[in-house]
Amino acid sequence: SRRTMSRAMGLAGLLLGLVMVPAVLVSTSLRQGAPRSEAEPEPSDWELAADAVPEDSLWPLPQWVRTYPRQLQLAPSRFQLVHGAGSSAGPGCGLLQDAFRRYYEYMFGHSRRRTRGRRPLAARAEPELFQLQVVIEAGDPGCDRHPQLTSSEAYHLTVTEPVAILKAYEVWGALRGLETFSQLVHEDDYGSFLVNESEINDFPRFAHRGVLLDTSRHYLPLKSILTNLDAMAFNKFNVLHWHIVDDQSFPYQSIYFPELSDKGAYSSNLIYTPTDVRLVIEYARLRGIRVIPEFDTPGHTQSWGKGQKDLLTPCYNGRQPTGSFGPVNPVWNTTYDFMTKFFKEISSVFPDEFIHLGGDEVDFSCWKSNPEVKEFMKKQGFGSDYAKLESYYVQNILDIVSSYNKGQMVWQEVFDHKAQLKPDTVVQVWMANNYAHELSSVTGAGFTTVLSAPWYLDYISYGQDWKKYYRVEPLNFPGSEKQKKLVIGGEACLWGEFVDATNLTPRLWPRASAVGERLWSSSNVTNLQDAYKRLTNHRCRML
Amino acid sequence: AENEPSWETPCSELLVYVSTPGCDGFPSLDSKESYKLSISKGSMLLSAETVWGALRGLETFSQLVERDENGTYYVNETEIVDFPRFPHRGLLLDTSRHYLPLRAILETLDVMAYNKFNVFHWHIVDDPSFPYESSTFPELSKQGAFNAMTHVYTASDVRAVIEHARLRGIRVIAEFDTPGHTLSWGPGAPGLLTPCYVGRAPSGVYGPINPIVNSTYQFVTSLFREVSTVFPDFFLHLGGDEVDFTCWKSNPEIRAFMKEMGFGEDYKKLESFYIQRLLHIVSSLGKGSIVWQEVFDNNVKLRPDTIVHVWKENSMQYLDEMANVTRAGYRALLSAPWYLNRISYGQDWIAAYKVEPLNFAGVPEQKALVMGGEACMWGEYVDVTNLTPRLW
Repeated sequence: SRRTMSRAMGLAGLLLGLVMVPAVLVSTSLRQGAPRSEAEPEPSDWELAADAVPEDSLWPLPQWVRTYPRQLQLAPSRFQLVHGAGSSAGPGCGLLQDAFRRYYEYMFGHSRRRTRGRRPLAARAEPELFQLQVVIEAGDPGCDRHPQLTSSEAYHLTVTEPVAILKAYEVWGALRGLETFSQLVHEDDYGSFLVNESEINDFPRFAHRGVLLDTSRHYLPLKSILTNLDAMAFNKFNVLHWHIVDDQSFPYQSIYFPELSDKGAYSSNLIYTPTDVRLVIEYARLRGIRVIPEFDTPGHTQSWGKGQKDLLTPCYNGRQPTGSFGPVNPVWNTTYDFMTKFFKEISSVFPDEFIHLGGDEVDFSCWKSNPEVKEFMKKQGFGSDYAKLESYYVQNILDIVSSYNKGQMVWQEVFDHKAQLKPDTVVQVWMANNYAHELSSVTGAGFTTVLSAPWYLDYISYGQDWKKYYRVEPLNFPGSEKQKKLVIGGEACLWGEFVDATNLTPRLWPRASAVGERLWSSSNVTNLQDAYKRLTNHRCRML
Repeated sequence: AENEPSWETPCSELLVYVSTPGCDGFPSLDSKESYKLSISKGSMLLSAETVWGALRGLETFSQLVERDENGTYYVNETEIVDFPRFPHRGLLLDTSRHYLPLRAILETLDVMAYNKFNVFHWHIVDDPSFPYESSTFPELSKQGAFNAMTHVYTASDVRAVIEHARLRGIRVIAEFDTPGHTLSWGPGAPGLLTPCYVGRAPSGVYGPINPIVNSTYQFVTSLFREVSTVFPDFFLHLGGDEVDFTCWKSNPEIRAFMKEMGFGEDYKKLESFYIQRLLHIVSSLGKGSIVWQEVFDNNVKLRPDTIVHVWKENSMQYLDEMANVTRAGYRALLSAPWYLNRISYGQDWIAAYKVEPLNFAGVPEQKALVMGGEACMWGEYVDVTNLTPRLW
């Protein structure tokens, strides 16, 4: 059952609270509506979406939703998604043009009635909704830019006859609003497309809402990655954290160092060419998704050593090299020459402001066995604290990457081992044990942070484990308001040890949807029964 | 180069020799699946007693054929003598918790053949839905399927499954689980399920099949008569698991019946009463029965050739159950450690592999009663979007 307000009361009430009120809304307030028998709520009775009864298939739940019983009809042959008057974006905005076509297809694609159909037997009672007009308000809409951490994703959607209006500050908000609009349109038992009159005001709770894919433990064909970007857009995720290389394989085809993938990829066809990479970045951009590449060093680099001689540390047994290698060698100048050149390429290939530098799980045993490294430790006065050596290395890399005007993301060990970070370095918290404490420490030290620890989706288990991901409250840690603001979001991680194209989609979705809502919706959206209802509908729609 | 294999004259034929006729029949529990494969210079011979053995041998042969780096197909000289350790090697699919489209079932049968499985245990109906289109009782699927137009198995679908399976040497054993797990039967068969009571009044909720009315046994006879004709295998799986007695206990007529029969408060006796009659019906239809272990555990009087399916896993107690079942003289099937729907992180195939079905205390005659086992893929969290990667 849906609580509703009487038409006049409701619209008058809305007028009071909203900053942007389309003229259309004012005119419709004069229309007669069916009187409601319930007691009329006060105009100041602003219920957030979590308190009002939401539409049963919106995901993630918008910040503020008001739906009315009155339904409007859409005719696939006539309905259009268009730029509205006063929008700073127009037909030249490729990103929106693409989105219009894509969302039209999502809403009506399976319908065979996209060309003019027969005249209906009788005139329908519902009025027709002819258009959704998209109005971008910022002077520079952002059509040709890449989304950033600071991009605006807020939107305001008003669905009423004869046209619906979607207002957003930048194109990114329009993309979010189009997704929501497409979730409102439904088919009735007779196959007609309907949408309830509604008003939605929405924006994300957290600005960094990511999915990590691992293309090193198992190569993921381009199609898998692109399909996943589509699924991310359905759930309003806006960051693809591309853990592109690791110990097992190096599929990234480097322009400066082609041997890295020649020797380090699983095979010559299991690589990502520059064209592939550009395709992923653009496909993501059109969906408002940032692509943050991770080139994890100094650990997790076995595959780098295949194509780059004298990069990894030779391990020793006594005085003899064993033939095996450890992490990147932090004592050679050539290491930093290589990294300088390599990250120059990465900085130009990947347009996002941030690069993830890894820095996790560095095994010190090989360093400890190497005489040159031991000598270096002595010279630097590090004693036997190899964490200091790791920090020495990491700091150099941070400097290199900084010089290319890129921000850095690192795994938590880099912070834990007390490397000197840049003030805007983002620390990703991944260790499950007592992560709330880690969040306190990281934010207490003044660093922005992204949470992944409770969201390792590769750890499958039997039953409805989406609930445990949904129940996570990222800000549940001891800290001041200022600290909590430093939590910019989170990432669902799908490590690839047991994942490839044969099982990626069913393993990641719809479990990641739980994370998506937690990161977008208001903190009081926690009701599991309601979430279950909406999620089951959303899942079927995603299929 | 010195180490290159010397290519012999190309082999052009694998000769398949089968000694017993039987191309048009159905595989059975007694089918011989043994075969011999002899690959040498000048001749490749696959010989088997039956066509079923030939199928197994063809699969093996296909696994021996390799391709070198030039793309040339080759096979090493080989001698293989093979036969299965257990005659019943099955896979259970559940098409009631989630409907599985025909192509998903057929694809599963293909992969079963790659792995030499020879029984498809079709858990076709259950509480959530009744997708089996019955010719005798069309209302069952009309009212009980998730969608009577799209989420059903028509008679021709069922025939397609049976034939696709037969061509791969796979038996199809249908399970119509009663008296529990039957909620979806209710809408299409009014009066079949037990009305539950709250105090003196019916609550509107239904429970297991009503064991005290004659109409139940008439219905069951007719349904199983149809099922016996549709499914050619000698065995039918009758279910009999997880019967919740609360509804029976709440129903005054049933309580009266319990008193009349002198069953006291032991509802297991009522369950027994039903199952025994069911076993008799199925037997008189010329079929053998497989039942879940509760039927044995609850002391139902079973026919000596009933097969007991062991599924309850409480830390290795299933081995005790296997011992008990076989000691009592019944043949047994093992599924308890092989509930593949219970996914977990990492290489969980290892736990399934480590299982040794005969690791229980018993004499050789007992162990000989273990017919084999079945991997189960229950459908609560499985549909066509994730069946294949979860199962294989």
